[in-house]
Amino acid sequence: MSVTELPRAAEAPEAPAARRRPRSPWRSRISRFDLRYTPYLFILPFFVIFGVFAVYPLLYTGWISFHEWAIIEGDQGWTGLGNYQDLFADAYFWNALLNTGLLLVLGTGGELLAALWLAAVLNRKLSGSAFWRAGVVLPHVISVVAVSLVFAQLFGYQTGIFNDVLELVGFDRINWQANRWSAIIAVSTIIIWRWAGYFALIFLAAMQGVPHELNEAAMLDGASKRRIFWSITVPSIRPTIVFCVVMSTIIGMQTFAEPQLFDVQGTEGTGGSDRQFQTLMMYLYEKGFREFNAGYAATLAWVMFLLIAVVSGINYALSRRIASKD
Amino acid sequence: MALALRPAPRPRPRPRTERSGALVYATLVGVMAASLFPLYYSFVLPTRDNSAIGDSALTLTPGGNLFHNIQRVYDTVDFWLALRNSMIISSTVTVCCVFLASLAGFAFAKLPFRGRNALFVTVVITAMLPTQLGMIPLYMLMGELGWIATLKAVIVPALVSAFAVFWMRQACDEAVPYELVEAARVDGCSTLGIFWHVAMPAVRPQAAVLAMFTFMATWNDFMWPLIVLDPSVTPTVQTALSSLASGYALDYTLILSGAAIGVLPLLVVFLLLSKQIVAGVMQGAVKG
Repeated sequence: MSVTELPRAAEAPEAPAARRRPRSPWRSRISRFDLRYTPYLFILPFFVIFGVFAVYPLLYTGWISFHEWAIIEGDQGWTGLGNYQDLFADAYFWNALLNTGLLLVLGTGGELLAALWLAAVLNRKLSGSAFWRAGVVLPHVISVVAVSLVFAQLFGYQTGIFNDVLELVGFDRINWQANRWSAIIAVSTIIIWRWAGYFALIFLAAMQGVPHELNEAAMLDGASKRRIFWSITVPSIRPTIVFCVVMSTIIGMQTFAEPQLFDVQGTEGTGGSDRQFQTLMMYLYEKGFREFNAGYAATLAWVMFLLIAVVSGINYALSRRIASKD
Repeated sequence: MALALRPAPRPRPRPRTERSGALVYATLVGVMAASLFPLYYSFVLPTRDNSAIGDSALTLTPGGNLFHNIQRVYDTVDFWLALRNSMIISSTVTVCCVFLASLAGFAFAKLPFRGRNALFVTVVITAMLPTQLGMIPLYMLMGELGWIATLKAVIVPALVSAFAVFWMRQACDEAVPYELVEAARVDGCSTLGIFWHVAMPAVRPQAAVLAMFTFMATWNDFMWPLIVLDPSVTPTVQTALSSLASGYALDYTLILSGAAIGVLPLLVVFLLLSKQIVAGVMQGAVKG
């Protein structure tokens, strides 16, 4: 503060003398304004844009959910909890919830376990570590649309490689899209493929911070590698594990692109002819942008929001617990 | 720590600091093959003739129809337009997002102002919000602004990101010394001047990492462009790809040719910057 106070104290009537001084009163006012208000100007764009295009829509979703509301025609009247009653009585909602849950367990759970395992492998002394690291994160960089399309082909009934291999080993070909379990397994494969390497690098970064003496001490005590991993490495990186579990839960609850593009029959968002792999996000897309039923879609979005909060909270608690037991 | 309490540690010559054996490398090669195979496949299939894939997909050798198939992609959808749109969207979003996040991040890290901590906590919390769930009102908002089917509808909501602000605050906190900020201030530099001449040069590496990830994420974004853009007027690479796949007769050679062209730009970026990408992911982790 003292710096800006200085010129003001030196205000003087004589013009020629004032010219030699570093700042005129006017400049000093600007500089005081600058010091006090510029920080707000710097953060203003973020808050304005984020408020208008992210927070406001999210809150307005709640308001819409209490109305009959069509995307184009607009408000059709208050219905209170009507949409919520309809939603909880809607078999398609429960179906989508089940599928999302299964994908969360198999896909998200699978990707995190695979990541932990991969990180343990990458954490060894390796030659060419940069190459292996780049290799595992590559799938994450590639567009999800392209990847899902490739996998949809790999899981194709007549032409897919997975079926060719199955047949080679002596099993029947599977129509992967046709029923819930096979479709969920296939979509989980895509999800695991995309995310495992990414989370593996995050785990790896944390593992490298674990002091090496701990491992050596345990090794001297004759602990097995497995034991060291579960009793020392995993508890040591607990905050990272908890963070990744919560983050991947939030992402997993909103799974859309993989199952959407896995559906080779079309892009209506139904997830197969019997909705055998329709997720909540796909159902939201179908209701909101295929049927233009904004009220109902908003209700679903709001319920998803609460579900995400609850499931992330549960996973947060669980992962803290599990990762800390030795 | 029960391990440490074992009564008599068996004397061992030395803890073998594991030099990884053949098994580890074999595992890694396996993992690598699994990560690369779908990509390889998306480049091999388009080189073959459409009738050939019906016979056996296990033929993994390239054929000679690559250019023919790529031509078919360009005939089916306006892929040049899609590339152009994706380029405009991704670069505008990247430049603005990194710039605005740096401004805010610098203010949060180095400028004292009332309410700073509370406001920053707000940023951290909003970073966890699943903002995608607000897309119904967002779509209606775009309707009122008259932005539907225009690139603005995808660009403007993506101009800021809470995560980016968080990232740049961290960067400024570490890389910009207070002494320099103060010295510049004494020399009569305005706050904006300090930001531009002192902070920005110092955080350039972190800003570059953020730019890279923002670009990739925006390039790959699918759901919102699918909803708010019109695939025939304003396609992006991703929506063009998905519309290749929505025909009645599934033409896998065509679809995968599209996938291959769609993957190519980012693959090139990846090959050039893989070291920075790996470092970026790992760095984000430590701070996350």
